[in-house]
Amino acid sequence: MPLLKVNNLSKSFGGLKAVTNLNINIESGELVGLIGPNGAGKTTIFNLLTGVYVPSEGEILFEEKNVSGLKPYQVTHLGMARTFQNIRLFGDLNVIDNVKIAFHQHAKYSSLSAIFRFSSYYKGEAEMEAKGMELLKIFGLEDYALEMAKNLPYGEQRRLEIARALAASPKLLLLDEPAAGMNPQETHELTDLIRFIREKFQLTVLLIEHDMSLVMGVCERIYVLDYGTIIAEGTPQEIKSNPKVIEAYLGEEVG
Amino acid sequence: MKHWFQLKNIIILIGVVLIYGIVQLLNLTEIMPPFFQLNFIMACISIILAVSLNLINGVTGQFSIGHAGFMSIGAYTSAIVTVKFSGPLYMALIAGALAAAVAGVLIGLPTLRLKGDYLAIATLGLGEIVRVIFMNMDYTGGASGFSVPSTINWTWAFWLMVMSVLAIRNFTASTHGRACISIRENEIAAEAMGINTTKYKVIAFTIGAMFAGLAGGIYANYMYLIHPLTFNFLKSFDILVMVVLGGLGSLTGSILGAIFMTFISAALSSLSEWRLVITAVLMVALMIFRPTGLMGTKEFSLNFLRKKGEKNASSKSK
Amino acid sequence: MVSFQQFIQLLVQGVSLGSIYALMALGYTMVYGIIQLINFAHGDVLMIGAYIGWFTITKLHWSFLPALLIAMLGSAILGVLIERIAYKPLRNASRIAVLITAIGVSLFLEYGGMLLFGPQVRTYPPVLPETIYNIAGISFKYGDVVMLVTSVSLMVLLQVVVRYTKVGKAMRAVSLDKDAALLMGIDVNNTISATFAIGSALAAAAGVLFGVYFNQIDPLMGVMPGLKAFIAAVLGGIGLIPGAMAGGLILGLIETLVSGLGGSMWRDAASFFILILVLIIKPNGLFGKNVREKV
Repeated sequence: MPLLKVNNLSKSFGGLKAVTNLNINIESGELVGLIGPNGAGKTTIFNLLTGVYVPSEGEILFEEKNVSGLKPYQVTHLGMARTFQNIRLFGDLNVIDNVKIAFHQHAKYSSLSAIFRFSSYYKGEAEMEAKGMELLKIFGLEDYALEMAKNLPYGEQRRLEIARALAASPKLLLLDEPAAGMNPQETHELTDLIRFIREKFQLTVLLIEHDMSLVMGVCERIYVLDYGTIIAEGTPQEIKSNPKVIEAYLGEEVG
Repeated sequence: MKHWFQLKNIIILIGVVLIYGIVQLLNLTEIMPPFFQLNFIMACISIILAVSLNLINGVTGQFSIGHAGFMSIGAYTSAIVTVKFSGPLYMALIAGALAAAVAGVLIGLPTLRLKGDYLAIATLGLGEIVRVIFMNMDYTGGASGFSVPSTINWTWAFWLMVMSVLAIRNFTASTHGRACISIRENEIAAEAMGINTTKYKVIAFTIGAMFAGLAGGIYANYMYLIHPLTFNFLKSFDILVMVVLGGLGSLTGSILGAIFMTFISAALSSLSEWRLVITAVLMVALMIFRPTGLMGTKEFSLNFLRKKGEKNASSKSK
Repeated sequence: MVSFQQFIQLLVQGVSLGSIYALMALGYTMVYGIIQLINFAHGDVLMIGAYIGWFTITKLHWSFLPALLIAMLGSAILGVLIERIAYKPLRNASRIAVLITAIGVSLFLEYGGMLLFGPQVRTYPPVLPETIYNIAGISFKYGDVVMLVTSVSLMVLLQVVVRYTKVGKAMRAVSLDKDAALLMGIDVNNTISATFAIGSALAAAAGVLFGVYFNQIDPLMGVMPGLKAFIAAVLGGIGLIPGAMAGGLILGLIETLVSGLGGSMWRDAASFFILILVLIIKPNGLFGKNVREKV
């Protein structure tokens, strides 16, 4: 049973077809890459999967449940969480609060317990605090816990986005260009980090990337997207030698 | 229970009791002139209004400029309970708060889909509609106003204010409050992190409306006469000024803003046009030179009293 | 119920009122189109315009047309001053900061006006003949005709300016993309000032017409027409010039009909109700297109 199955998904904006007849299958535990030139529709696909856009046609099955048409928060509750290409942290909040917000769906006390400060409030908060710090340690962010998110260095902001997505305890993690703006050294560390969290949290990962070294280094299977349709699929080796892919990336170096 | 008896909380409690006691003593010994008594109670009402508007505008980032509308619903409802049904004061206040909360849900559900200026204008329009309705409602005297006996004293006003501030603070400093803050910070990311943003906008709006209704109830049962024109757009703007002056998102800022504006108004009460011109210039200057208000989103807190080790272990800065 | 004749009579009044709203709505819509600001002070510029007109007519004893032009000129200068002093420093500030500033400017003009002109109501001198035309049982005041002719000519003039002049083209360019316009060598600041000048001049014209038509003015006279004109702009699709004209006329007609059918107490509530309905059902207005936020 695939974890995510996308059948004939299409999305058009006005007359413009951004995504046409998309079919994707992701098995539980896989680490899949989605690549393609600028404007190929990669981020649109993430927005469709996570409920930001409503598909024009087709269906999205997550654990055999149709999730198309659900609101983004409902999709997250079912076990899909994402990061954003243009970082969207809660800038004026500190790092630990950013993570705690993603824990919210599992919160164990009500607004009334909060207002009257019942013991469930203190218990719930202590638990969130502990779990949040644990997560920050994994990402090497524990020293920044009380720092405002917007004051973090760029690489740390990217890592915090991933940590925050993990706090929503997803089964499928969607990473939108996690290495954008990173230097080769940072990208290399990110590769290791993605491998590590995948083992640790038993995740399935779908990532969009421009940086070929990251995609080729970490993904087991790759989809290549051009003009809103899949033009190739296969292992990194197969993709590298696929003539269609080379044509789509004309002039760009693959691998 | 042990959480309640931290040094910080005890100091705050002592401070609150002292303020209450000193003012009460001055009232009882009649050292305080009636004009000041009035303004101390008005300050309490203003604080409730500012803190509740801050929950909507500052904490949740939804720009409402029709707060006086909810205040008037609370005022008229509680006045009806007091005058027409001879209900006890606490019943009148509860009824006023609940009526405003219900109005908050009804108004919030459709309008909170709007963003930014559009929401602002919609709430302004709703505030005006509520006013027109009370103008035309003969049951409560319409445009000639509605007389209500004055039963609120300093004790009622002060402790209701403390209770309101505490309730809103406790809400804000919880996972539910953080959900509201995340909407202000980045609505799309909040939704992606599993926050039902519509629900939390409506919750914040409703709690805000409820406390505005309570403030309206206190006002109605104190002022002898309520009139639809009291709750016009200028009143909404006054509340907004308090919140913005203190710093959108800062609870202590709203309290300071409310106290400051109440006493400025009192000082300039004989020159009402000057008061508004000064307020207007103050507002424009504030937006140009210090748009975050006095406090920004920060709080004036006694956290420095805690030991360093404790500070690192937990982070309740919000 | 009203007879057919009375109904037509109401339509005539509605068009007169609507043309004032339309003139005002143009200012809102142009400013919103160019800097996405709801210029709350716009209604108060109408008030200042009306006072300048009143002063020229009663103290300088000028006739209607020169008074109208002086009021338009004076208000245009005021509009540019407001923009330069209060709004320009906030070009990159948050929307909320700008909105609060606009409300602040509005209150400043209202209560500054009260200090300057006194809070009392002033009567506008009768500058127009009291002639009443009667066609098929429907009566027109001379004022109705002046109102309609003035506002229609100003709207035509505005269309010409926006479409065919250099300033108009610059305005359209800046409203589409400020940065691109800047790169194309357009002076964005001057273009924004020009927009405020034109919008304020139109508001002043509406103010003088208002005074002439209703015979009285006071420092708070701009508040309601200002809000109504904003509703008209939203109704037509904010940022769209033809939308503002249509919105103004529709709102004028609705208001006159509501009052004419016996609901004069509810007239203001009706307008706000329309505003909220439009915002909820079709926030981009009757003639607007959808825009979405990029994720």
